[in-house]
Amino acid sequence: MLFQVIWFILWGVLWAVFFMLDGFDFGAGMLLGRLAKNEAEKRAVLNAIGPFWDGNEVWLLTAGGATFAAFPATYALMFSYLYTALLLLLFSLILRGVSIEFRGKAEGAGWRRGWDFGLFLGSLLPALLTGVAFGNIFMGLPMDAEGYHGSLLTLLNPYGLLTGVLFVLLFLVHGALWIAVKTGGEVERRAARAANAIWYALLAAAAAFLVSTGFATRLYANYMKAPVLLVLPAAAVLALLATKFYSAGGKYLRAFAASCVTIVMVTFTGVAGLFPNLIPSSIAPASSLTIFNSSSSVYTLKIMTVVAVVFVPIVILYQAWAYRVFRHKEVDITAEKGPY
Amino acid sequence: MDTLALSRLQFAVTSMFHFIFVPLTLGLSIMVAWMETRHLRTGDGIYLRMARFWGKLFLINFALGVVTGITMEFQFGMNWAEYSKYVGDIFGAPLAIEATVAFFLESTFIGVWVFGWDKVSPRMHAVSIWLVAVATNLSALWILLANGWMQHPVGYVIRKGRAEMVDFLAVVTNSYGWLKFLHTVLSGYTIAAFFVMGISAWHILKKGKTDFFMRSFRAGAAFGLIASILVVLAGDFHASEVAESQPAKFAAIESLWTTKSDCSYNLICFPSVRNERNSVEALKIPGLLSFLAFGRTSARITGLKDIPKDLRPPVMGTFLSFRVMIMLGFLFIILSVIAFVLSGRAGLEKRRLFLRIMLYALPLPYIAAQLGWIVAEVGRQPWIVYGVLKTSDAVSKAVSAAQVWTSLAGFTLLYGALAAADIYLLAKTARKGPEPELPAAAGHNKSGKEA
Ligand code: HDD
Ligand code: HEM
Ligand code: HEM
Repeated sequence: MLFQVIWFILWGVLWAVFFMLDGFDFGAGMLLGRLAKNEAEKRAVLNAIGPFWDGNEVWLLTAGGATFAAFPATYALMFSYLYTALLLLLFSLILRGVSIEFRGKAEGAGWRRGWDFGLFLGSLLPALLTGVAFGNIFMGLPMDAEGYHGSLLTLLNPYGLLTGVLFVLLFLVHGALWIAVKTGGEVERRAARAANAIWYALLAAAAAFLVSTGFATRLYANYMKAPVLLVLPAAAVLALLATKFYSAGGKYLRAFAASCVTIVMVTFTGVAGLFPNLIPSSIAPASSLTIFNSSSSVYTLKIMTVVAVVFVPIVILYQAWAYRVFRHKEVDITAEKGPY
Repeated sequence: MDTLALSRLQFAVTSMFHFIFVPLTLGLSIMVAWMETRHLRTGDGIYLRMARFWGKLFLINFALGVVTGITMEFQFGMNWAEYSKYVGDIFGAPLAIEATVAFFLESTFIGVWVFGWDKVSPRMHAVSIWLVAVATNLSALWILLANGWMQHPVGYVIRKGRAEMVDFLAVVTNSYGWLKFLHTVLSGYTIAAFFVMGISAWHILKKGKTDFFMRSFRAGAAFGLIASILVVLAGDFHASEVAESQPAKFAAIESLWTTKSDCSYNLICFPSVRNERNSVEALKIPGLLSFLAFGRTSARITGLKDIPKDLRPPVMGTFLSFRVMIMLGFLFIILSVIAFVLSGRAGLEKRRLFLRIMLYALPLPYIAAQLGWIVAEVGRQPWIVYGVLKTSDAVSKAVSAAQVWTSLAGFTLLYGALAAADIYLLAKTARKGPEPELPAAAGHNKSGKEA
């Protein structure tokens, strides 16, 4: 009981950290063509995410691995039910990775333009697809004792799409702020302008999401039962407002931090509403996958808890160190070719 | 084809594609780390140029290792949902541990290495690539412990219709997994050594003697000598382990049809599966097979005829793959010894025939490693977890054949395009050769900035 709850919380944290970190890579990838007008500027934007994207993506692999180890039945059904959507996610993540790594390793305008487009698509699709997937999980999937009764098209319902759009906008603002923090000159100005402009669309999407969640999902039931949970959505809203406050005032680092809090709190808001479900069923509540009916044995959960308690703090320490190493702004970018 | 056959094909395609990039990463990371350390120790600029040139090839390869690895992580749930439900209690743990202890380390420090030339001290920079090397090998350990458990399940009970872990220590000390780990990483070191020797040979053939490629060749030869001997030794231990825990696989790889003691080994052999015997058997060495399997010439070995037909793996493919892997293994030792001897003397550049052989030998260790996986995986059939769960019971129920057709077509197209881009980049970079000599002591300069 206790260990299932611990792993539920960790599960939520892993997803939240993944969105918070890789979110800015996705945002920067989507915005590359808008923020950078020549090769030197593009390099500045790419160098702002280059050292980090892989380490950030591993939070997704760990979230997946943790689902497998702690809640194998959920991992199995979620991944096989959402087969086609996950396939698209996979392909777009592959495209994103190679685009970043291969683009700079050969010359030629065509070569680079091709990978730039790959990066755009490979950043937009994961943002949209993870949003659509989570929107549908919040609503519940059409599954019962017989199995799954949906398809890729049933996932593309209005609420799912709204969540997808929300994620895209969250990451756009997040990525733009990261670029504003990490670059200078024209690129920084364009990024700040983009963040400020997109924020209004984000606000609208967030409001629509909070309202329609009341109609489309049962997430708020937990909030009725334990009103103290309301601090989560409240913190999300406050952080969203603070994002704009700081970015309009030219304080991009603070704005970025506020945007981090927003993303984490939005994720927590959804996850707290799910408890104790991991994937509710929209047609047969008894067939919902909960942390109790889909978990590993307590023995496995205990071992995994020890591993997590020892290693996750170490990971956080050296990742934080790496962010410190690369804390400088990418300003003195020349077009001259280096070895990598 | 049904969902099962398609899922098997897709797993084979995606895992074998992943394993094109993985072994080079395992070995070349160590070689690059060694080069950079040599530079720190000796101050000789050539080692720095070596680290940068081979490091660049390393990165091109590494990128595809990473992106094809994501597929591996997803597809257990996507295609093998029944498997994931049945053994997730045990199998999920090493996978999650792999991500936590290895992937984070490797992905974070590869970033430091690529972008950190002027951001961290030379010593820290060398430490970064060492951490990458350690982490990739750690990741191999955990995934192979997971795979080793499928080959030789330990530390579990069947409860409520699924396998539950009762002894984590047994899972992480599973000798099958450790042997698999040793054999597999050593195959990666062999691949890296032949990769370095092959490309160096090409440059020496094209441009004559250059200090850069003579030294690179020498380093590859030394590394290859050790690795190629050890991979064969580990393989031999591995085969004994197979004989003990998977008699059906052992009988298939040796094409042994009747149970007997004091088994001889046929240097030349060809199975006739329909007639359940060998159509060709020649050059017998008495007692050798029993000795190889159990260390005693008198040992009794189960033949295929004493294993029910539906529990036998496909004999022909397993047998041929195993034979060719072994022949290649001995060939690598011979080539490495010659390479080591010749590169230690003057005049390597004049041995044009040998250099050409080393160039064409570059793909052979890759082939040996792929064949090894066929032995291990096809030879385990019809089981997905040996003696516990059949492959046919492991496939996802919610996934239709049409869906897997689509995904398989998608993977084939995407991976084909990736392979083309990768080969183009590798060939271009390898051909271009190293950067011109750097100004002395300016090794850690500003030019490492580009993504
Ligand atoms: C013997 C070694 C070995 C084997 C058998 C496998 N892998 Fe692998 N894998 C590696 C050795 C490796 C590596 C050397 O550590 C890689 C290659 C390039 C890299 O970045 O790490 C890697 C990358 C890699 C990644 C990307 C990590 C990142 O983003 O940095 C994932 C998710 C996986 N693998 C997962 C798997 C799974 C689920 C496998 C089994 C079915 C598997 N690998 C087989
Ligand atoms: C660790 C978890 C692994 C699981 C769950 C797994 C599972 C499977 C399954 C379900 C098949 C299909 C059965 C068949 O077609 O015979 C298969 C085949 C195969 N796998 Fe594995 N495997 C694992 C590890 C690996 C790794 C790491 C590799 C190396 C890259 C690998 C290489 C292969 C090969 C070459 C085949 C043969 C394909 C064939 O039989 O047609 N496997 N494996
Ligand atoms: C005489 C030499 C060799 C012997 C006796 C040998 C033996 C074996 C055996 C018995 C297996 C199957 C293990 C299983 O079923 O689980 C295997 C697998 C494998 N072999 Fe070899 N091998 C030899 C040489 C090589 C060489 C030269 C390479 C590559 C350069 C190689 C790469 C592999 C790989 C990657 C696997 C799959 C992973 C594993 O099961 O360990 N082997 N080998």
